[in-house]
Amino acid sequence: MGPLVPSIISNEFDLIIALILGFGFGFILEQSGFSSSKKLVGLFYGYNFVVIKVFMTAGLTAMIGVLAFSHFGLLDISIVYINPTFLKSAIIGGLIMGVGFIIGGFCPGTSVCASAIGKWDGMVFILGSVFGIYFFMEIYPLISDMYFDGAMGALTMPQILGISEVSFALIMSAMTAGIFVMVSFIQSRVNKIPFELPKKKVVRMSILAIVPILIIAVTGFMPNRLERIEAKANDPENLKAAELKALDSDKLAIEIVNNYYNWNIIDVRSPEEYKSWHLPLSINIPLDSILNREWETYFKQDFKKNIYYSDDIDQTKKAFALAEVIGKADNYILNSTSKEFRTMFFEPHTLQAGASKETVKYYNFREETGKQMNDLKKSLERFHSAPKIKKMRKVQGGCA
Amino acid sequence: MNTIKKEEVQMRPYMNPYLAGFLLGILLLITIYITGRGLGASGGIKAVVLLLTKTFQPLHWENGAYFQKYALSHTGNPLDTWLFFEIVGVVIGAFYSGLISNRVGFRIDRGFRITNKTRLLMAGLGGILFGFGSQLGRGCTSGAALSGMAVMSFGGIVTMISIFGSAYLVAYFFRKFWI
Repeated sequence: MGPLVPSIISNEFDLIIALILGFGFGFILEQSGFSSSKKLVGLFYGYNFVVIKVFMTAGLTAMIGVLAFSHFGLLDISIVYINPTFLKSAIIGGLIMGVGFIIGGFCPGTSVCASAIGKWDGMVFILGSVFGIYFFMEIYPLISDMYFDGAMGALTMPQILGISEVSFALIMSAMTAGIFVMVSFIQSRVNKIPFELPKKKVVRMSILAIVPILIIAVTGFMPNRLERIEAKANDPENLKAAELKALDSDKLAIEIVNNYYNWNIIDVRSPEEYKSWHLPLSINIPLDSILNREWETYFKQDFKKNIYYSDDIDQTKKAFALAEVIGKADNYILNSTSKEFRTMFFEPHTLQAGASKETVKYYNFREETGKQMNDLKKSLERFHSAPKIKKMRKVQGGCA
Repeated sequence: MNTIKKEEVQMRPYMNPYLAGFLLGILLLITIYITGRGLGASGGIKAVVLLLTKTFQPLHWENGAYFQKYALSHTGNPLDTWLFFEIVGVVIGAFYSGLISNRVGFRIDRGFRITNKTRLLMAGLGGILFGFGSQLGRGCTSGAALSGMAVMSFGGIVTMISIFGSAYLVAYFFRKFWI
């Protein structure tokens, strides 16, 4: 599942990828004609709308791709960088950039393209932006209040409008189609060319316009990755399988003492419950976030066995079933609750007089094993080798 | 600049804008899929500014509030960032594209009513404004507007509307530079 950096592709190789993707970026911008300032500002005077056409098509294509990718589980949108919103600086910064666009005839990316093929005006624009950026850094202490004003976090348009992402993509597609027809009309008026829509062109363009809308519609109607996993996990077969792979507390305790390194002991209760008490050497993967990508490595590995427990056997079985669907790991459940486990091994109680030999045997075994588990935990912690959850970092992005 | 006409005859035509836009969109999608972040441009130039300051104003680098804040989260060479490498790629890619389409050569694009000197002055001034604005708006047309649109970011789309809106608002006053 994407993004591939940093979990699949290393950070060093990431810079090589930056070079390659940059090459493509520069190539496409230059091929579109974005290395010419006269072409770029054409949209503000109505004689050339190539910028709008390229920009909107690109934005829409990527938007629909991201939507479909994340819907079908190819891309984990929760760690993708979403430009945070700082309303005041976004608006004022944009206004200043707009004026810079008209006066300078470029934006930073296009000025680099223009310079690369020898345009002096592009090079001077870059030089200017070096000074502009430096100026910002210099007066930063004076404007930092405004810079951070109106912080709204990584907010998205669908969240603001209170509509689904699919509806937003549909609205954007319709709007973009409208804009394309409008700018073509304006362009021919300004350039005094009769505006014609031959039937053939209308048919061709309509077919092209239907493709994105079809992709969005399919995305909207198909169950997403989570829904598909849930549906599979709820299959009674899976829940039955859990019963066949159940361990009781005594067996698990023996495994912990002797073979702890073969197991991931996974507490699927809430973090609060986990904090208040948990099995020795267990890690916490709350059931309601079990499908998050950060835990994926635990369910996709096959060198350690996973055992799940909670305070509710149905919850434990649910976790087992979901894990079975997500990955190929060897999964087990503890068929008692954490509370029972705790009472059994860690809460000393006096043995009743006249208890059977069997009971005494178990009593002694549990007392001894409880102690061993505590000792093991302490010694592992001393050497910082107790099982720990690896934390996933959000991708750092942005341009500024 | 009398030679422009002749050169333009030899130049290969530009790509169909919708095809170019589609390819750019796919590239942006691949970028997000691989790296979890979008494309950018001003960030690459910012890396150069940081390096220049660090090299030529070491004292200021230590005392300036912005640089102190930057140094808290970044160590090492300021050029060692994703966007700088991407921008180097842009230079190579654009040059290659210009080469195969016969568009490489030292030139200045301008409106016919102004001189080259005026055009360069305006380009520098525009650059200053755009550079400043890109820092305030946390990204330029690529990093904030285009990449923001791809992930439906509210801030990115606000910046996009703001950039194009403001350019349309003032376009009338600068028309003599272009038409």
